Amino acid sequence: MTATVLVVDDSPSVRQLVSNTLEASGYATFTASDGQEALDLSEGRRPDAVITDQNMPRLDGLGFCEAFRARPGNQGVPIIFLSTDDADTLKARARAAGAIGWMIKPFDQQKLLAVMGKVLPI
Amino acid sequence: MTTDAMDTFRAEADALVESLEAALLKLKDAPDDRDLIDAVFRDLHTLKGSGAMFGRQDIASFIHSFETAFEDVRAGHVAVDDVLVNISLAARDHVAALLADPSAGEGRAILADLSEHLSRALVGAAPDWRLQFYLPSDTLALGGRPEIVLDELRALGAWEVTAHLDRLPPLAAMDPTQFYLGWSARLPGDTPEDAIRDVFLFHDTGLDLTLARSDEGEAFVAPALPGVDAVSEADKPAAAPSSLMRVPSERLDDLMDRVGELVIAESRLVELAARIGDPGLVSVAEDIQRLATAMRDTTMSVRMTPIGAISGRFRRLVHDLSDTLGKPIDFVTEGEETELDKTVVDRLTEPLLHIIRNAADHGLEPAETRLAAGKSPAGTVRLAASYSGAEVLIVIEDDGRGLDGPAIRARAVERGLLSEGADLTDDEVFALIFEPGFSTASEVTELSGRGVGMDVVRRTIEDLRGVIEVSSEPGHGTRVTLRLPLTLAIIDGLLVEVANERFVIPLAAVDEIVELPAEHATDESGNAFLDIRDTLVPFLRLRRLLSSTGEPDPHQKVIVVTSGDGRIGLVVDRIIGTNQTVIKQLSPLHAGLKTFSGATILGDGAVALILDVPQLVSKGQSVTEQGRHAA
Repeated sequence: MTATVLVVDDSPSVRQLVSNTLEASGYATFTASDGQEALDLSEGRRPDAVITDQNMPRLDGLGFCEAFRARPGNQGVPIIFLSTDDADTLKARARAAGAIGWMIKPFDQQKLLAVMGKVLPI
Repeated sequence: MTTDAMDTFRAEADALVESLEAALLKLKDAPDDRDLIDAVFRDLHTLKGSGAMFGRQDIASFIHSFETAFEDVRAGHVAVDDVLVNISLAARDHVAALLADPSAGEGRAILADLSEHLSRALVGAAPDWRLQFYLPSDTLALGGRPEIVLDELRALGAWEVTAHLDRLPPLAAMDPTQFYLGWSARLPGDTPEDAIRDVFLFHDTGLDLTLARSDEGEAFVAPALPGVDAVSEADKPAAAPSSLMRVPSERLDDLMDRVGELVIAESRLVELAARIGDPGLVSVAEDIQRLATAMRDTTMSVRMTPIGAISGRFRRLVHDLSDTLGKPIDFVTEGEETELDKTVVDRLTEPLLHIIRNAADHGLEPAETRLAAGKSPAGTVRLAASYSGAEVLIVIEDDGRGLDGPAIRARAVERGLLSEGADLTDDEVFALIFEPGFSTASEVTELSGRGVGMDVVRRTIEDLRGVIEVSSEPGHGTRVTLRLPLTLAIIDGLLVEVANERFVIPLAAVDEIVELPAEHATDESGNAFLDIRDTLVPFLRLRRLLSSTGEPDPHQKVIVVTSGDGRIGLVVDRIIGTNQTVIKQLSPLHAGLKTFSGATILGDGAVALILDVPQLVSKGQSVTEQGRHAA
């Protein structure tokens, strides 16, 4: 089974960059443009890891994180935030909501892959 | 000190020196492998200890200095590199020399080299890191993977990795979603602190981490539960092989001889019991037959030795050749666990050394030539062993320039081995390199000798009842294939009768047995083909081959045998049954016989010859070829 990553971001270019990088290294990906879409999609297809933005319309990253974790069967799926925000309070809230890590945008591809390797080896 | 104990010491020391060499050579390719460094250390330590006990103070003190110098490597202060491996190999050679001859000297020059190299490598080395951490308790719930943390630490060169269970609550209070474990470890001093902290990137919230230089005081609590430490191999007492025994191989040979005699006596007993017909005797005879078979199998398994036992020598050879020839060479082995009779393995060493030397010397091109041809600069020599029926297949392959067919042909003509314009297939041309006195190397190098060799190789393999073949593709490399019988001593045989004489065919070579169709029964035109399920199989009449006279049995049988890719039928009068065949070598007088590979003694004391299947198959194949040419 290929390791599958759900990429959530309201910016199409970021979505594309992240999924291209991951796919080039052998991950499978599917994408959502906001937290609500991500929730809907992940109901039908359980990802092995999630990379999400914080600021998004409809449902933000934190909201998604809480709702996703609350669902049975989603314990132990690592969620990583990818955001321009760097506030410690936000990071702490993300952790409390069930995210394992926080990455600052902009990122380079090497860094992204190294980070993925820490939670989901191919 | 008794001579016996002294012999044991010598045998043990030889084995250790060999294992030391193997570990050093592997270390060259995997300089960060802690297990290997530990293995080197263990070997040195054991050698030193037993050397001192057996009055070889010279060896002990040499190894002691060597060990001390190596201490920094083990502590991670000094990285392993080619220079270090080469010096260490020289030190290993010195130990071997000391073992053989106590007057070999103190080896001061080697130790001086070593300490000089190490002191240079040591400059600026920082003291080790000591690390202790407990992952956040929500690690698992958030999808964290503790094993990845440990993998990353290992990649950084961690050692003395120890698990700490002191925070585990009593079972009743344990929450299975929580994580309670901690670890401590040491890391090489030159690891950047950021790299270590990076490992815990996703575990920083709630992480309990202590990181300090090893000389910065005692910031660590001892693990609360002793005895659960994941101790690295070297910290265990040198492996006490209580379940292993070192036995001189002569004793095994004796044992095998006696089992051989037992099997012969047993078959006489069975025959006798059958003739007398006493039920009590028959049942005892059957018991003995069963025991003898089991004993034969056990004895043979004791004699089986993995090819890996000798591959260390090849690794060293390739390493040395690579140095001498100035060509980078990768040596790859596969199937080192493949086992062969000890005698076969021992006798294979020289031929394999020769073939590998040829591959490295003649086969592989210099790095520049390889680059120009679009190949990687480092040539590869591959040694692969595998089972194939009752045979073991050993392949030595290089990715060099391949054999030069026209040059071989020209040389063969020049040497009078071949007439001009002879019609040969490529493989037949290549096989000419096994002819006595053949050599095409335009420059005879110091390494590959002077054209004595490949013929000796072939003779040795054939003495072992094996077959050697060579194939080659110009520009892509050469492959030498050895096919060897699993064992030399006892085989399961099929006993057959031809013109009232009995013969044995190795059962493992037998594919199937069919009745000879009536239309072929009296065919005196010589050899022909048999249609077995739409495949044409050439067959040989053993009566004709053995120039037997008299009327053949009205119901002749065809035994279909295979060897390598070849498959032929052998026509016999009658099949008697299977029997355990203790192989007795033919006298040197008969060694030239191509049809028989040995003899065996039957239950009634008569002698039966063992048919040499590979020879017969190649004979059958050549008949096929002639048939095709004629057609």
